[in-house]
Amino acid sequence: MLSTNIQDQINRELKKYPVDQRQSAVMSALRFVQDEKGWIATDDMGDIAVFLGMPQMAVYEVATFYHMYNLKPMGKTTLTVCTNLSCTLCGVEDTVAYLTAKLGIGFGEVTADGKYGMREGECMGACKDAPIMSINNKKLCGRLTPAKIDQILAELDKS
Amino acid sequence: MINIEIDGKLVETARGSTVMDAAHKAGVYIPHFCYHKKLSIAASCRMCLVEVEKAPKPLPACATPASDGMKVHTHSEMAVKAQKGVMEFLLINHPLDCPICDQGGECQLQDIAMGYGGGKSRYEEEKRAVVAKDVGVLISTNEMSRCIQCTRCVRFGQEIAGQMELGMINRSELAQITSFVNSTVNSELSGNMIDLCPVGALTSKPFRYTARAWELSRRKTVSPHDSVGANLAVHTKDNKVVRAVAVENEAVNECWISDKDRFSYEGLNSAERLTRPMIKQDSKWIEVEWAAALEYVANGLKQISRGAGAQHIASLATPHSTLEELYLLQKLMRGVGSSNVDFRLRQSDFSADGKQAGAPWLGMPIAELSNRDRYLVVGSFLRKDHPLLAQRIRQAVKAGASANVVHSADDDLLMPVANKAIVAPGDLVATLAQILIAVAVEKEVALSAELQKAVAGVKTSDTSVAIAKSMVSGKQGAVLLGNFAQQHPQAAQIALLAEQIAVLCEAKFGFLGEAANSVGGFVAGAVPFAGGVHGMNAAQMIESPRKAYLLLNVEPELDMQNPQAAISAMKAADMVVCLSAYKHNGMDYADVMLPIAPFTESSGTFVNTEGRVQSFKGAVKPLGDARPAWKVLRVLGNLLDVSGFNFDTSEAVRDEALSTGSMAEKLNNQIAAEIPLNLLLQRGEAQPGGLQRVADVPIYAADAVVRRATALQQTQDAAMPVATLHSSEMQKLGLSSGDSVKVTQGTGSVQLTVAADDKLPAGTMRVAAGHAATAALGAMFGTLIVERA
Repeated sequence: MLSTNIQDQINRELKKYPVDQRQSAVMSALRFVQDEKGWIATDDMGDIAVFLGMPQMAVYEVATFYHMYNLKPMGKTTLTVCTNLSCTLCGVEDTVAYLTAKLGIGFGEVTADGKYGMREGECMGACKDAPIMSINNKKLCGRLTPAKIDQILAELDKS
Repeated sequence: MINIEIDGKLVETARGSTVMDAAHKAGVYIPHFCYHKKLSIAASCRMCLVEVEKAPKPLPACATPASDGMKVHTHSEMAVKAQKGVMEFLLINHPLDCPICDQGGECQLQDIAMGYGGGKSRYEEEKRAVVAKDVGVLISTNEMSRCIQCTRCVRFGQEIAGQMELGMINRSELAQITSFVNSTVNSELSGNMIDLCPVGALTSKPFRYTARAWELSRRKTVSPHDSVGANLAVHTKDNKVVRAVAVENEAVNECWISDKDRFSYEGLNSAERLTRPMIKQDSKWIEVEWAAALEYVANGLKQISRGAGAQHIASLATPHSTLEELYLLQKLMRGVGSSNVDFRLRQSDFSADGKQAGAPWLGMPIAELSNRDRYLVVGSFLRKDHPLLAQRIRQAVKAGASANVVHSADDDLLMPVANKAIVAPGDLVATLAQILIAVAVEKEVALSAELQKAVAGVKTSDTSVAIAKSMVSGKQGAVLLGNFAQQHPQAAQIALLAEQIAVLCEAKFGFLGEAANSVGGFVAGAVPFAGGVHGMNAAQMIESPRKAYLLLNVEPELDMQNPQAAISAMKAADMVVCLSAYKHNGMDYADVMLPIAPFTESSGTFVNTEGRVQSFKGAVKPLGDARPAWKVLRVLGNLLDVSGFNFDTSEAVRDEALSTGSMAEKLNNQIAAEIPLNLLLQRGEAQPGGLQRVADVPIYAADAVVRRATALQQTQDAAMPVATLHSSEMQKLGLSSGDSVKVTQGTGSVQLTVAADDKLPAGTMRVAAGHAATAALGAMFGTLIVERA
C-alpha cells in the first residue's frame, strides 16, 4: 500500500492534469515513493499502477527508462557520480577510485552498513563544476577533490 | 479522395491515409517490421523509409500522411540507400542465428534482409545480449536477443488483447521486451504475439525445435472450439499436427485466433487417444475389429428397439461435432424410430423448444459486431467463452461505443463497462424485466398488455435505468446472450425479455453461440423437435434414464449440465456406446468405445454463430484405426437398415443436410411468445442454508481436445477450480480465504479451496463446471451447501 503521505502528494500532482489522464502523474508518483523509502520496490510499482489506473507494465517501463529511480535499495544516501564527457575530462575516474577506496563499494553497490550507495550518473547539466556528483538526486556537489569528498562524507556521517 | 503517385503508378486514396496504405492499394510492397494494419503506428523500425519528392530526407511510409499530388519512390537511390542503412542497423545486435532459430525460413527479418539488405555488415564489435526470462508456458522469450524492438507485441497487448503484459523496459542499448517483474503473460489471445513477432524473439514454446518451417505441410481448417469458427492453418509433419496458426479472414477472425485455437492441437497427439475399437466383455476391455464392434452396436440397438422400444435409445452429441456427424446422428436415430437426439448438453431450460422461429444465432454478421454503438451483454463470461468476439466489442468500445453488462459474475472484460448489474442467477430475469420497463419509459412506449401483466410490480433500480438510458441513447445497439444466459434454468424467459429490450431499442438481438457448431446442430436437425415426432431433449434423456445411450464426442461428467445425474443415467443403462477420440471416464460405464477422428483427421463442416458454413478437409490420416465419425455413423445406418445412408463423401452428407432452404431462412432468434410469461418474476432462490451456484466452464475445460492440450493445461486459466464467494458470505460461514471446504450439491460433494471475490453477488458461490474436480456436483445452476472440510 502507498502511504497516505504519498497518496496525498500524488493527489496534489493529479490536479495538474486532466481527470482522464491520471497516468501523467506516474513520474511524480515514482519520485514520491523513492523520496520516502529510498527506493522503489516491485509492489510499489504495482500500487502506483492501481492508484493511477494504468498497467503495471507501463509503470515498470517508466521506472526503468529513467535511471534516477532506484529499483533496489541504494543505501540511506545515494551518491550519483557523473561519468559523462566533461566530468571524465576533469578526472572523474580518480574521483570514483577515491570513493571506492574510501567506501569500499563500486557502482550499483551499497556499503555494508547501508549508509551509502553509489551509482553511475549522466550529465547533470553543471559541467562547469566537473567532476560532479549528486546526493540523493537532490543536491549537487561539484569540483570534487579527495579533500572535498572527505568533508562531504564527514557531514553526511553526522546527519 | 486524393491522388498520389507511387513508383509511377497513380493511385487514389482516402484523405488521412498514409503512404503505406496507398502503396498497399497500388500493389507496391514497402518492406516493414513495426507497421501492422491492425495496430497503431509506431514508426520505430524505419524499414519503410521511402523517397518523397520535395522532402529533404527519406520518410517512413507508415507514418507519413498521403497528400494530393505526392510523388513517392520506393526504389530510388535515396530509398534503397535508406533501406540498406536501416537493415544494417537492425542487424547490428541481431545474433544472426537463423540456422537454429525457430523462425528461420518464415522470418520477415530474414526475408527483408535478403531482399533489401546489403549482404554485409561493417559492425565488428560485440553484440548485446538479453537475459532470458520465463513469461509462461505458451510463449518463449528465451532468445530475446533477436528482438528488433518493433513493439508489435506490446501494442497488441495494449490495443487488441486489452492488457499490457509485455512492455519495453530500459532505454537505448539496454532496451528490452519483457513482462512485469515475476509476471507471466496470461492473455487468452497471447499466442498472436508469436505470429506478430517479425523475428524469432517470441516463439511458440510447445512447438519449439520440433520442425523447420520448410518441412511442414500446411492445411487450412476451421477451429472446432468456440462459435467464431476461426480460420486456421494446421502445420503437419510425419502425419502429425505440430502447430496451428491463424489464417486471415477479415469477416470471421480478422487475423487473430485465441490461444485455445492455437495451442489445443497438442490434445490431438495426446496419449489418451483411442485408436482401436473396444468392447467390454466380463468387465474387461478387449480390442476388436471395426466390423465386430459395429455389429455389436447394431445388434444391441436392435435388441433394445425390439424389446423396450426405440424411444429407449438416446443420443447425445457435443456442439463441437461437425454438421455431417450431427446430421447423420439424428438421421440414424430417427431412422430407428427415436427422436431422442440433442447437442445442447449444458442447456437446462428447453421450454422454447419448437417455439423458436429458427436456429438461434448471433443475429448479425460477426463483422457487424465490431461497429455497434451500444452493447448489452447478458450472462456471458465473454472473454473466456468468446475471446475473439470480446476483442471485437473491445475495439468498438475503444472507438466510442458503450458496453453494458448483466451477469452473475464480474470478471474483468479489459474494456470500460458503462453500467453493470451483477446479480445472483435467480435475479437475472427480474433484472432484465427492470431494464425492459426502464427502456419502455425512456422510449415512451407502452409494453404489450401481456408483458405489462408479467412485469407488473417490478421496481426499477438505478442500475437498470442507467443501462436502459445507455441502450436507448444509441442508434445501433446489440443485445447479446452469452453461454451463461443460455444455460440458465430460465433461459427462455431471459431470451424473451432480451429480445423485447432489443426490439424497443431497435437493436440487434443475438445469441453468442456456445461452441463451434451450436448453429450447425440446429441446422442439422440434431434437436428432438426437428422432426414430426418430438423426442426427449438432453435434460429429459438424463432425468428419465434410457436403456441405451449413443454418445458422440461426449464426456458426460464434463460436458453435461448435470454431471451427477448424467453419470448415474449412464451407469444404469444397458448399453452405452461412446464415439470418442479419447479414452475417457466413460470406460467405467460404456460397453463399446469407437475411436473417431478429431477435426484434423476428418473432413467436415462447422456453421459458426453468424451462420457461416465453413467446410474443411482432413489434414492428416486418422490415428491408428480411428475413423471419421460420419463414416462410422453411415455404416451403422447401413447395418440398422436405415434408408438413405449411402453417402460416399462428407460433402454429400453436408449437401443433403443443407439442401432445404437457404441458411438465412434457417436463422431466426424470435421466440413465439407462448412461453408462460407469468413465470417471469419467479425468483430463483437457493435452498435454505445454501448458496446459489454460479458456474462457468473454464476456457481450457470446454471440450475434449483442449482438455488434453498439455501446455494450455498449465496456464493460469486452467488452474484448479477454487470456490469463490463474497467475503461477507465467508464471514457468515466462518471461513477465510485458503480454507478447504466441502461443497455439496444434490447427492455429491467435492472438496475445494475457498477464496474471496467481493465482485460476486451476495448469496452466491462460484464453482466452475466442466472440470473433473467438480464433476461430482450436480447442475450448473442450483444450491450449494458449504461446510468446513
